[in-house]
Amino acid sequence: MPDTLDRTIRFGSNSGQPMTRRDGIAKVTGAATFTADNTPDNVLHAVYVPATIARGRVTSLDVAAAEAHPGVTHVLTPANRPHLHGDPEAKPTMFSFRIEVLQDDTVRYAGQPVAMVLGETLEAATEGARLLAPTYEMAPPRVDLDRAEPYDVEPGGFGRPTGASHGDIDAGHRAAVKSVDVTYSTAPQYHNAMETHAIVAAWDGDKLHLDVPTQALSMSCAAYASFFDIPVENVTINSPYLGGGFGSKAVPIGPNILAILAARMTGRPVKLMLTRQQMFGPTGHRGATRQRLRLGIDEDASLTVIDHDSLSETSSFDDFHEPAAGASQGLYAAGALRSVHRGARLDIGTPGAMRAPGEASGSAALECAMDEMAEAAGMDPLEFRLKNYAETEPGTGRPYSSKALRDCYLQGAERFGWAGRPLAPRQMRDENGLLTGWGMGTALFPCPMFMAEARATLRADGSALFETSAVDMGQGALTALAQIAADSLGLPVDNVEFRAGHSSLPDGGVAGGSGHTATAGGALHAAGSDVIRQLGEMAAADPASPLHGAGNASFVARHGRLYVDGDDSRSEPFADILSRAGGADLVGSGSASRPPETAAQYAMYSHGAVFAEVKVDPDLCQVQVTRLVGAFAAGRIINPKLADSQLLGGLIWGISFALHEEAHHDPVTGRIVNADFAGYHVPVNADVRGLEVLTVHEDDPHVNLLGIKGVGEIGIVGTVGAIGNAIWHATGHRIRRFPIRIEDLLKA
Amino acid sequence: MSLSISLSINGAARDIVLDDVRVTLLDLLRERLALPGTKKGCDRGQCGACTVLVNGQRVNSCLTLAATLDGATVTTIEGLAQGDRLHPVQQAFLEHDGFQCGYCTPGQIMSAVGLIAEGHAGDDADRIREGMSGNLCRCSAYRGITEAVQDATRRMTAQAAEDAA
Repeated sequence: MPDTLDRTIRFGSNSGQPMTRRDGIAKVTGAATFTADNTPDNVLHAVYVPATIARGRVTSLDVAAAEAHPGVTHVLTPANRPHLHGDPEAKPTMFSFRIEVLQDDTVRYAGQPVAMVLGETLEAATEGARLLAPTYEMAPPRVDLDRAEPYDVEPGGFGRPTGASHGDIDAGHRAAVKSVDVTYSTAPQYHNAMETHAIVAAWDGDKLHLDVPTQALSMSCAAYASFFDIPVENVTINSPYLGGGFGSKAVPIGPNILAILAARMTGRPVKLMLTRQQMFGPTGHRGATRQRLRLGIDEDASLTVIDHDSLSETSSFDDFHEPAAGASQGLYAAGALRSVHRGARLDIGTPGAMRAPGEASGSAALECAMDEMAEAAGMDPLEFRLKNYAETEPGTGRPYSSKALRDCYLQGAERFGWAGRPLAPRQMRDENGLLTGWGMGTALFPCPMFMAEARATLRADGSALFETSAVDMGQGALTALAQIAADSLGLPVDNVEFRAGHSSLPDGGVAGGSGHTATAGGALHAAGSDVIRQLGEMAAADPASPLHGAGNASFVARHGRLYVDGDDSRSEPFADILSRAGGADLVGSGSASRPPETAAQYAMYSHGAVFAEVKVDPDLCQVQVTRLVGAFAAGRIINPKLADSQLLGGLIWGISFALHEEAHHDPVTGRIVNADFAGYHVPVNADVRGLEVLTVHEDDPHVNLLGIKGVGEIGIVGTVGAIGNAIWHATGHRIRRFPIRIEDLLKA
Repeated sequence: MSLSISLSINGAARDIVLDDVRVTLLDLLRERLALPGTKKGCDRGQCGACTVLVNGQRVNSCLTLAATLDGATVTTIEGLAQGDRLHPVQQAFLEHDGFQCGYCTPGQIMSAVGLIAEGHAGDDADRIREGMSGNLCRCSAYRGITEAVQDATRRMTAQAAEDAA
């Protein structure tokens, strides 16, 4: 397939190849070292006590009993907790959250740490924590979103989303000849990476060494430094592998600060690993929403209005409102568009960003409402979406940097076999009599870039070293970024050493927002380009080089040689150029971020279309997703094998959102009663079959130099609605709450 | 109270004095024997990340008290490859991208080795899915896992037939 970008960005043969993970052998042999795999000499094990009420205060802790237990060395409570420089209630940066570090005896949500025990062994510390047996003065918990008092969200950056309004909303409603007015509910969901949060903290004077999984090395260093009043360069973080992140491992959590305090207090390394139950509290979650959608169409089935109001839960003490209504912006060509965010305070841990924040929840409601609108219009859901296809960004009128959504619809529908789907529900049964339904949804996800830096070192032997503090939480950064790096120098990827996952390296930015490959990859490419530029200058100035005098020409690198661009007869191996210059390493540096003018000029999104088949037992109402086809356009795909895995994972997260995940609060104590994998359901292998992912070719000359849009989150978006719509198509029942349960269908 | 047990771990005889009878096999491996390849995901038998083989059977090492293992033979992820030569299940996971973050992977692989030895699933995808459903993967690499187990089963069956011939 022709690729318009190849020449300008000197891409070699690595990008686009389905290379196997570079960290694969380490991961299949058990050699990959995750944080809690580190057990330094003289380590103390930390175990904290989570509150079992959601609101009130701790009235007693049996410290004597814990201290008397053999092997327990220290007990940390609000009474003896050492001084912490940073204010846990302050929010010094946009990404700061208020945390609990035993600042007082107040309990503001269940699962909050109320004490920490240190022991010579994990067993001793665990038993010591149990012996503390806290007692409480309990206030009635507020954990029911439907009984909370809503307020309008004051816009203010991360966690306080801005609303939007384009066109005349009232006129849009009045112009509608048909309309839907529906409210969809989504449940509280918890990230639950398989690796629970963990930290191994060690002090050396006023230098702090941390093994801790983090999606944002540089930002985390700054945050830890500010809590302990030490220069940022005194903090070292080692984070070679994350056992999943999904948004929960970007900012320091309270328990980590406590572990570091404990290490300073005891003068020994301290290791803390959260239990699975403790992953339902201080580590963030996807907040529940109630979303009202009002859509209208004219005689021609064109949307006159999309009016999206999202109420989301947040904690009693901090702000993170799920930006769900934002999902209605940017997708369908409606005459008028409005999104409104409202919040309500509950006695819960503060929510946060969880894989596809905003879009996952917002799209679930929007895509189901679109299906209801298509039904009202008497149209096929795909035909209705094509009818309302946006050629420019609705509201703003900005051009899309690229948008191959139409191809996604058509290729996805073709592969799924959508044609011939009956319009009416409850028309299809399989050979076993199971009700069968087909549904679809559109996927949209923004393509942010952050800021990253990288260093490239070309060695005298012609091999190269690339460095940036990027992180691999499973998305494949260690492989895909190495492919980009190798291409920037025209080297085979096996000749490139790639170092990441450590804070001593140039700032690799944030692994989040589906922007890591574009951002860190952009920085690596720029660093490689800097090496080529310097190499070209050296060669052009060197009379002994065949490139001598080609000063005004540009150079390209291929297979370890530098060529004059457009003149293949003039080239020289890197090693020869370096060797004549004395054989020293040549070091280049680069950075990447999005120029503000590009950000203002173009609407930039990844797109996709998801088609689902479900089968529902007519008597028992058990639901199975039997087929899912997702077609995605996400710009340049660096490694199709790893991109497929990301997209497949996203589809399965969509199944999970639609049918499985939901935390339940006990109304009396406010505790989450299903805080483990027995009660909090995620898909198992037997829940997953018939998945297919297509990536649609898309060249994007504007989104960034490499044309990368990101694939980490978009797989969820669209899938939830597609499954909900397929369940309607199978059964005739619109279930307007997620997850859709057997009892919802039995009652319907 | 201390207790002495003798067991074989990855082919090596180990005599262990347990100073604490509460120690699970998982924590024994990870915290006391420097074998952290086996992972802790829930510590209560709900996720399968800690799966190892005990006397050839797959078990959740978090639910197994070390004190009960006197005389047992234990195989962990660290004991599966032969030098640089990967076990066919490891090789198949690598080729089919049967993982992303890699955290559940040691448990998935040990579970797959156990499943194949049980001989009930063969290369039937539905049976493999069922037989591997005690091992959660939050990255959701399930398709690759199922394909890897199918592929490894076929390779191991072919190898066994060749060895027998």
